[in-house]
Amino acid sequence: MTAAGHAAPHRDDAGSRMGMWLFLLSELLLFSGLFIAYAAYRSIHREEFHHAGAELNAALGAANTVVLLTSSLTVALGVRALRVGREREVPRWIGATILLALAFLAVKAIEWTTKYRHGLFPGRPELAALPPGERLFFGLYFAATGLHALHVVAGAVVLSVAAALVARGRVRSDAPVVLENAGLYWHLVDVIWIIILPLFYLAA
Amino acid sequence: MSEAASASVDLSYLGAGARPGIRGWIFSTDHKRVGVLYLVSLTFFFLVAMTIGVLMRIEQLTMGRTIMGPVTYNALFTLHGVIMIFLFVIPGLGSACGNFVLPLMLGARDVVFPRLNLLSWWFYAIGAVIVITSLFTGGGPPDTGWTFYVPYSLRTTTNVPLAIFGAFVIGFSSILTGLNFITTIHRLRAPGMRFTNMPLFAWSLYATSWVQLLATPVLGITLLLVILERLFGVPIFDPAKGGDPLLYQHLFWTYSHPAVYVMILPAMGAITEIIPTFARRTIFGYRFIAFSSIAIAGVGSLVWAHHMFTSGLSDTAAMVFSLLTFLVAVPSAIKVFNWVSTLYKGSIELSAAMLYALTFVFLFSIGGLTGLMQGALAVNVQVHDTYFIVGHFHYVIFGGTGMAFFAALHYWFPKMFGRMVDERRAKLAWLPIFVGFNLFYFSMLVIGAQGMPRRYFDHLPQFHTGHLLASAGAFLMVAGLLLMFHNLAKALRRGAPAAANPWGGVTLEWSTPSPPPVENFAELPPVPEKPYAFPREVAR
Repeated sequence: MTAAGHAAPHRDDAGSRMGMWLFLLSELLLFSGLFIAYAAYRSIHREEFHHAGAELNAALGAANTVVLLTSSLTVALGVRALRVGREREVPRWIGATILLALAFLAVKAIEWTTKYRHGLFPGRPELAALPPGERLFFGLYFAATGLHALHVVAGAVVLSVAAALVARGRVRSDAPVVLENAGLYWHLVDVIWIIILPLFYLAA
Repeated sequence: MSEAASASVDLSYLGAGARPGIRGWIFSTDHKRVGVLYLVSLTFFFLVAMTIGVLMRIEQLTMGRTIMGPVTYNALFTLHGVIMIFLFVIPGLGSACGNFVLPLMLGARDVVFPRLNLLSWWFYAIGAVIVITSLFTGGGPPDTGWTFYVPYSLRTTTNVPLAIFGAFVIGFSSILTGLNFITTIHRLRAPGMRFTNMPLFAWSLYATSWVQLLATPVLGITLLLVILERLFGVPIFDPAKGGDPLLYQHLFWTYSHPAVYVMILPAMGAITEIIPTFARRTIFGYRFIAFSSIAIAGVGSLVWAHHMFTSGLSDTAAMVFSLLTFLVAVPSAIKVFNWVSTLYKGSIELSAAMLYALTFVFLFSIGGLTGLMQGALAVNVQVHDTYFIVGHFHYVIFGGTGMAFFAALHYWFPKMFGRMVDERRAKLAWLPIFVGFNLFYFSMLVIGAQGMPRRYFDHLPQFHTGHLLASAGAFLMVAGLLLMFHNLAKALRRGAPAAANPWGGVTLEWSTPSPPPVENFAELPPVPEKPYAFPREVAR
């Protein structure tokens, strides 16, 4: 609509990249609120955070970390494929990323259902019977991992759209910024997980 | 400069767009149309919240129940606050005038992400609809005050979660607008425009945008946590579940104090444009004004706990935050001194815009000085939660941002709509606004200092005279406001056609026809090497 009357539509890859980095910064601050709450409560309830952390399955957390880091690799390989002009490889790499994302969410679902069975879930009497620090730990755990899981879903959707645009030839190797930005978002999701992992799974 | 005006009619952005009627506006990515969209929405919500304010002033006309009980009163002051803050002042000048003027000032054809810009307005509109819906559904309108303090916001049966969700959605609008403006300023300045000769309104929007980008997500997560706690019982803030309500206050004010600077910085920017134009004199201390915007944004982000001096904060924390609060007054005062110095030996034309701008300087100074008083710990404990706070806040935000908004409206109206406002009527409307305003809010300062607590539907006999004066002032002010808006609305249809540069301004928006063509400039104007260099005799 804005292009009406003027020959070349405006394109500014550096601007798009800058916008994306600024957006990532705001996402980081969204999670930082949770991390501050964690820091405040942990300083008050050091012992109880330690006990509650022991309830989490560090092996599953580690497995999920491997899954997510691998998915960041596949995204990076997809972006590289596009940059060097091998557009046809892109959907494959992004497809692999989506599969890894689903695997991550599946592990997360297993963890949450296990917690639910043990009664360590908001609204359950078993959780309400715990000392305050442990309750807060689980409150923050569900808030942080839940919000992160939402970001995994959002990231997967964004990557799918970007890959579809590549497949249709709308995003090409001479202007890879759409896929690059989608990839950046995915790396952010990864980075946030890297912070969540030690805070909760390795708190014991 | 007026020869361009005649040729502009067909090319104007106000002409038929790609889509006809209302769809041409609500789906338009033209930054000027988005700006006008904001302007219309903001004015609507301002009038709504103003009406609520009038109802509260009617309630305070007599002691005891006048037209409503305490429950309704609680809902009304909450709504007044939520609507004024989230739907009027936070988007405010930055979204309405900023969207319209920023690309023009930079010599750009639009913002860098036009579709994201439109999306921002949609987030704002959807958030507003959600907030309005929360009034009529669930347990009725929220009664927590606009601060949504826990634990009450977790316990009250009113429709707090939905209202909070509305504020959360509006937050996206704020973040994305900030992101858009920062990137626009970095990427789309016309050749020859550097950060050191960029108009100061753009500088103030730049500072504002960083605060919007970095502080709003903190409010986002805080509100989200309240929703999670309220709907799913996730233990976070509720002291009954081990949580700490003070943590909520910290997180809330981490955003909401910087948000005050989101409200005031664009206002200061607009004033910085208006004063040199009507003093026909270059701005005094360009660099100081530019850097003080950044300083206000920076230091202003570190003063939030001065809202919590009576909450049982440690003495050390209270003293640090008190000191920082005093410090943030320095860059604000620098601006005031610079504005006044700009007037010195200027050839002042007291236009309507200038009149409202000078009113800003006067009222903002009172607001700022009463703010300093509260930065002092001993005074703060005394006046906390009284009408003194309410009076101070309205001096800053209404006397400041509100007056600057009106000044900016009168200043940029010819550019926006290609028509002149009736100057005489605009100045006539100013008189009741100015007199009413001071009668209203100064009475609040006085009875506040005497001990009148805020947020009560009733008052004791010793405050009755003060309340009567405040109400009388409020009614007078509202009459003036209605006159002013009526005058603007009339100009929209019947105002005389405006020339490209009716005020003799030197920033780039005045070098294109009024109203500007769809892509702003037929060809990019030369960027003046020195900002605000007024020729001795301005062609008018």
